[in-house]
Amino acid sequence: MPTGPYDIGPAHVRLDALSKACGTERFSADHYPPGLLWAGAKRAGIPHGIIRRIDTAAARTLPGVHAVLTRADVPGTNRQGIVHKDMPVLCGSKVRHAGDPVALVVAENRDILRRALELIRVDIEPLPAVASIDAALAEDAPFIHAEHGSNILLSAEIRKGDAETAFPDCDIILEETFFTPAQAHAFLETENGLARLDEDGVLHLTASTQAPFRDRFEVGHALGLAPWNIRVTSPFLGGGFGGKDGATVQCLLGLAALKLPGRTIKMWWDREESFLAGYKRHAARMRYRVGAMSDGTLRAVSCLLQFDTGAYAHLGGEIMELGMEHAAGPYRVEHMDCRGECVYTNNPVAGAFRGFGVAQVSLAFEGMMDRLADRLGRDRLDLRRQNALRRGDRNCAGVTLTTSTGLDECLRTLRRHQFWTTRNEWKQAAPRFTRRGTGMAAVFNGMGYGRGLPDNAIAKIELAVNGRFIIYSGVPDMGQGNASTFAQIAGEMLCQDRTRLEVVQPDTEISHPSGSASAGRTTYTYGKALIRACELMTSKLIRRAALMLMIDEPGGFTLVPGAVRHLPTGKEVALSAMAVMLPRDDRVCVSEYLMPVSREVPPTGKDFALGFPHLIFPYAAHLVRIEIDEPTGLVRVCDYLAVTDGGRVLNPLNFHQQIEGGVAQGLGFALMEGLGTCNGQLITKDLSTYLIPTSLDLPDTVSLAAETLEHSGPFGMKGVGEVGMNGPLPAVASALSDALEAYIDRAPVTPEAVLKLLSRGGQA
Amino acid sequence: MIIRFNVNGRDTKLEVRGDERAVDLLRETLGLTGTKEGCGTGECGACAILINGRARLSCLTLAAQLDGHSLTTIEGLGTPEQPHPLQQSFAEHGAVQCGFCSPGMIVAAADLLIRNPHPKREEIREGLSGNLCRCTGYSRILDAVEKVEER
Repeated sequence: MPTGPYDIGPAHVRLDALSKACGTERFSADHYPPGLLWAGAKRAGIPHGIIRRIDTAAARTLPGVHAVLTRADVPGTNRQGIVHKDMPVLCGSKVRHAGDPVALVVAENRDILRRALELIRVDIEPLPAVASIDAALAEDAPFIHAEHGSNILLSAEIRKGDAETAFPDCDIILEETFFTPAQAHAFLETENGLARLDEDGVLHLTASTQAPFRDRFEVGHALGLAPWNIRVTSPFLGGGFGGKDGATVQCLLGLAALKLPGRTIKMWWDREESFLAGYKRHAARMRYRVGAMSDGTLRAVSCLLQFDTGAYAHLGGEIMELGMEHAAGPYRVEHMDCRGECVYTNNPVAGAFRGFGVAQVSLAFEGMMDRLADRLGRDRLDLRRQNALRRGDRNCAGVTLTTSTGLDECLRTLRRHQFWTTRNEWKQAAPRFTRRGTGMAAVFNGMGYGRGLPDNAIAKIELAVNGRFIIYSGVPDMGQGNASTFAQIAGEMLCQDRTRLEVVQPDTEISHPSGSASAGRTTYTYGKALIRACELMTSKLIRRAALMLMIDEPGGFTLVPGAVRHLPTGKEVALSAMAVMLPRDDRVCVSEYLMPVSREVPPTGKDFALGFPHLIFPYAAHLVRIEIDEPTGLVRVCDYLAVTDGGRVLNPLNFHQQIEGGVAQGLGFALMEGLGTCNGQLITKDLSTYLIPTSLDLPDTVSLAAETLEHSGPFGMKGVGEVGMNGPLPAVASALSDALEAYIDRAPVTPEAVLKLLSRGGQA
Repeated sequence: MIIRFNVNGRDTKLEVRGDERAVDLLRETLGLTGTKEGCGTGECGACAILINGRARLSCLTLAAQLDGHSLTTIEGLGTPEQPHPLQQSFAEHGAVQCGFCSPGMIVAAADLLIRNPHPKREEIREGLSGNLCRCTGYSRILDAVEKVEER
């Protein structure tokens, strides 16, 4: 079947779709090289305590055990962490959460590994478990990190104007406190990887990771290795969502490989270990005070955001920063006083998760907008439109929006939709013993790393000897489809069809450092770099073609599928013919791109060394229609509409996939998910106690694009990986308040919670 | 013990341990890594394979139980060069994102279509409710199964 160029705009099928559907795409977990050994960690089992003794004698003598390692075996600093290096590879003196690793076993097979782990005796003197934000902040609370001198990882402030003096002038002041729980990423491919130390001293890691280049530095720092002696490859991930941003298995595998040179060692956390030791979304408590004028103008927001980062920092401070930067919502507000506290506890470690601090505050600021609209007797949507940020406004962090700002268009699209226009009739038509409600939410999500951490990517493209183009991706594809979009960008720039394009997944040896797959930056930053690399490639191929065709000047050439054509003469040179003529160095083009940062210097946010502020924001307006079964309290999501401003849409298929997926995770967050812990011990250890949505729990989401032109982005796009996550919880809360005439202040909204609200006659 | 079974059309004779799981036999011994493992406790469906034409969870099946039976794994349904209509449909309808649930999901869909060649959308929802997907929100998976015969 003839195909045209794999170009920008159409809903092209992803390059990776068929190989994944046929089971031939090899994920990290699918590698079983001959002679491999299995590694596993002995976990503390106690959330807080002092290690008295680790007895490994019995495990060591078990036949088939190749190594039993403890803290004393770790060279280097034994510390990992993206910003704060506070997380041991193996704990030697203290454990800070029940999933802390205290020993590492390498064995011939998994049966022996399991038996050896059971034979290790760990003697820990328990300390009181600091199991909540309040417990961490109590005056007599034990310090989780004594050297830090406080259980507060970071305390910060973002101010705009003077909220305290503005409140007395407000016509209406509302207060509320909101709670959201820790959420598990629950990717289908749990954390895993392989490692091998070669004779030349190079440590090879293959891992399910979102940040292969950073991993080199993490492992190098923790184990005392030179980063350039570590090679990381990152095949397609079986899901990431933030949970594979930061070291999971990498340092443990590196340690095992160092002790057993030449052997390939595999580690694959099972589902329970993933729940116990993997990263989670931060649980949060958010105290809000909002002041407005009687005409609906938002005037002042004062809030305290508290995040539970668990035992280690991970990106706790940076996640809190994003929450604070979005604390007053996508609205014009003259005065904001936002304080934040990110605290250590003995709960499982919290880290990056799609929506990165913003998914939490979205419940709060949208909850306040609903309450405000109701108090003022205003239409909830109109009140949001009245206050919606537009280009040229300063946002709640005081930063001027100089880039695409399409929130109002999202809201207008939503307002015209029949789900909104028919909401009253639909509600009245509720069957017996059911109640119906329609809710909406306006959300946004800053894109990129923010100031202080250069958001850079380096793209590399090669004309292979067979005449195909190979793109060396520097950023992993965890399922969002960026690899395929890279091919589409090259297809557009070089006018090539999909059979002539190939994307190589990140390998630190052959691709170039391009940052992590995170922050909605992946396609944006690498895509811009790739456009430039393709421009260099085009220019080079034209000049080489002119030489080969003996044409004096390189004008009038164009690339067509498989060839370079000279338009005035109609002569062509096949790319495959050119490729064999050119030395490899001449067939490779590399270029880079650095995401712009705000030039504004707001006199606030000084507590954040990196990440504040952001310049580019995707926006969205979401609507949900829910039905409540009165006898059981069960909430059914009947319809869902997401209208998204992600700049220009490069591929509608990939675009809507991202939105629908974010909505699915957001609905799970709203209605059923919440990591269960009791005094620091995990209760939800599997997928029958930690429920994620099934095909029976979700509606067919309608996703619409409200396209703007993001001038800075590749072909006008901006990243939409995260923003879809932020709408469902506030929209569901809004719909429930419509149905129940009671406000929701916490997630998840379980049937038990709904029944409680129903039994109170609708009074929350 | 020695077991005999047919996998993807090929008669196979293997020595297995009594406590060995079918998923490990497939992935590690036979190199059929298209069958995934997402939980190991029968909750996610990623390890589904067809045993005598019916979808079964290979993480809850012992290798020894395969004796005398006929298996089809995702690799046996089709290849990128000659895909099964469901595999083609999943790709074309955008039902694949990270792709880790896709093999099990396609196997479950194949089982559904064997029993009910023209399922309604709600029947597809029901039929695939034992397979978890964390990326898609399921709509495009339902589309892929619903529209598989339209081509």
